[in-house]
Amino acid sequence: MANKKRNTILFVILALGLLLMFFASISLGSVMIPVKDVFTSLTGGHATKSTWEYIIINYRLPKAITAVLVGTGLSISGLLMQTLFRNPLAEPYVLGLSSGASLGVAFVILGAGFLPSFLSVIVLSSYAIVLASTIGSTLVLFLVLIVSEKLRNTMAILIVGLMFGSFSTAIVSILSYFSTAEQLQKFTFWTMGNLGNLSWTTIGILTFCVGIGLLLSAKSIKPLNALLLGENYAKSMGLNFKQARLIIIFATSILSGAITAFAGPIAFIGLAVPHIAKLTFQTSNHTVLFWSTLFFGSIIMLFCDIVSQMPGFEVTLPINAITSIIGAPVVIWLVVRKRNFQ
Amino acid sequence: MIRIILNTSNLNIGYKSKKGVTTIGKDLNLNLDSGKLITLIGANGIGKSTLLRTITGIQKPLSGNVYLNEKEISRYKPLELAQNLSLVLTEKLPPSNLSVFELVALGRQPYTNWVDSLSKEDIDKVQQAMSLTQIEHLASKKHFQISDGQLQKVLIARALAQDTPLIILDEPTTHLDLLHKVSLFKLLKKLTHETQKCILFSTHDIDLAIQLSDEMIIMTPENIVQDLPCNLISNGSFDNLFKDEHIVFDAEKGKFIVS
Repeated sequence: MANKKRNTILFVILALGLLLMFFASISLGSVMIPVKDVFTSLTGGHATKSTWEYIIINYRLPKAITAVLVGTGLSISGLLMQTLFRNPLAEPYVLGLSSGASLGVAFVILGAGFLPSFLSVIVLSSYAIVLASTIGSTLVLFLVLIVSEKLRNTMAILIVGLMFGSFSTAIVSILSYFSTAEQLQKFTFWTMGNLGNLSWTTIGILTFCVGIGLLLSAKSIKPLNALLLGENYAKSMGLNFKQARLIIIFATSILSGAITAFAGPIAFIGLAVPHIAKLTFQTSNHTVLFWSTLFFGSIIMLFCDIVSQMPGFEVTLPINAITSIIGAPVVIWLVVRKRNFQ
Repeated sequence: MIRIILNTSNLNIGYKSKKGVTTIGKDLNLNLDSGKLITLIGANGIGKSTLLRTITGIQKPLSGNVYLNEKEISRYKPLELAQNLSLVLTEKLPPSNLSVFELVALGRQPYTNWVDSLSKEDIDKVQQAMSLTQIEHLASKKHFQISDGQLQKVLIARALAQDTPLIILDEPTTHLDLLHKVSLFKLLKKLTHETQKCILFSTHDIDLAIQLSDEMIIMTPENIVQDLPCNLISNGSFDNLFKDEHIVFDAEKGKFIVS
């Protein structure tokens, strides 16, 4: 079993890579902090400067944890979608969840202008935005679940999801057309994604949601393996298909819904990371793919976060742009190098 | 010792639609015995799939019952059914990176735990299935790298690994050349005799079916009959198989002749 040995080595490398990236993400930033002080702050000691300690504990550590949660959650939901829909292009976006979230946020930010000024102040608070995007994605989730109960064909769900997406995008453009430049800017910033600015409480909520999503995904490993042969074979091997599909859709929804609510619609990760994992490990076994996607997702997200605020630069680049700029060439390279792209 | 694995009692098959009820077969009393290779033949569109879907429990009968191991098939839980009945379908496999070994091992799903890890017994069964079908040398190949004939054997190995007393195959010999058709027929025959399983499959290769199957089920618009191939020839069951005067069954040679 040469494969097993190879996989073990790869997993050790990935685990080390994750540790390294996590530490690098905390050590690097616009403010230079010596490695020694990063260590002492993390282990509960006092850094040379108290501001450094503050930055590490209340800014960089939460951000690194958010990056790991976002990276793993989006990648795993992409993996689930790709197998369920038997489509290499599937990702959380195709269910229309992110579009639902965008629509919710668009209503709040762009629609606030229609409200009296004292109300619009309340509505525009950051909590309201999180709430709106959660409501948006949850609504789409329920629509998708209702539709998937009615439709026997999985491809039809995919089409319905895409239609929800187009519909939301259209409403957002109508709203944009009638809004002020300031409102548009605010909305655009939200769509660029943001890993920072999350308090420890919100990270707790996000961890809870991602945790549930990942548990459900882990429970779906066996059904996903069965689905590699298609619905009918899976059923003939004893799979309760409707129940399995419901769990998979619910897991994806809670993962991408919560993440989009807190970090904005982050593109590309859900699509690309599962492919990177599949091409690296050359397998379709979801036990292996689940863990490798987890590792790759968090490593890549942490790396994108480091790039988005290169040490020495004052500005932070939008994370959404970085994920695509880094990820797209990686996938193209992998696909071209390994011809048998599946 | 021969025992009945699946039987139907006064089974009426067909489907209901808004226009009314379409009956395909009436009062069917079929018996599928252990250790027998049984072929199902009939013209296109005659309802072979409906029959297969009904006796595998996917579709409900219009009336009557299907019994698998003396228990009504509709009473089986999905997992329990998967331990008693395995299928080989005609549909194309979705794209994936599955190796031949992994594909055959999926047949163990009704027995594996929730993380789908293979026990020693599972691996033994998989290897046994692969040696019966003589595909050991393909184990590490990806399923899209092998020929159609080899893939068909791999899918049969997967069904064998599922370790069920009954295996049903839907037209496994299509897309294969004569050599591979014959070797597949012989393989299925060997499997039924060596493992005492019952194998039922639909096919259009009637000449081969007459020569190699233990029993045949013939579907014509008038009726559905099950018997030994020689009896079916002598009572003229093949004569009405195709509604075309240019296709005639030659009872002496045991095959169809175009006139």
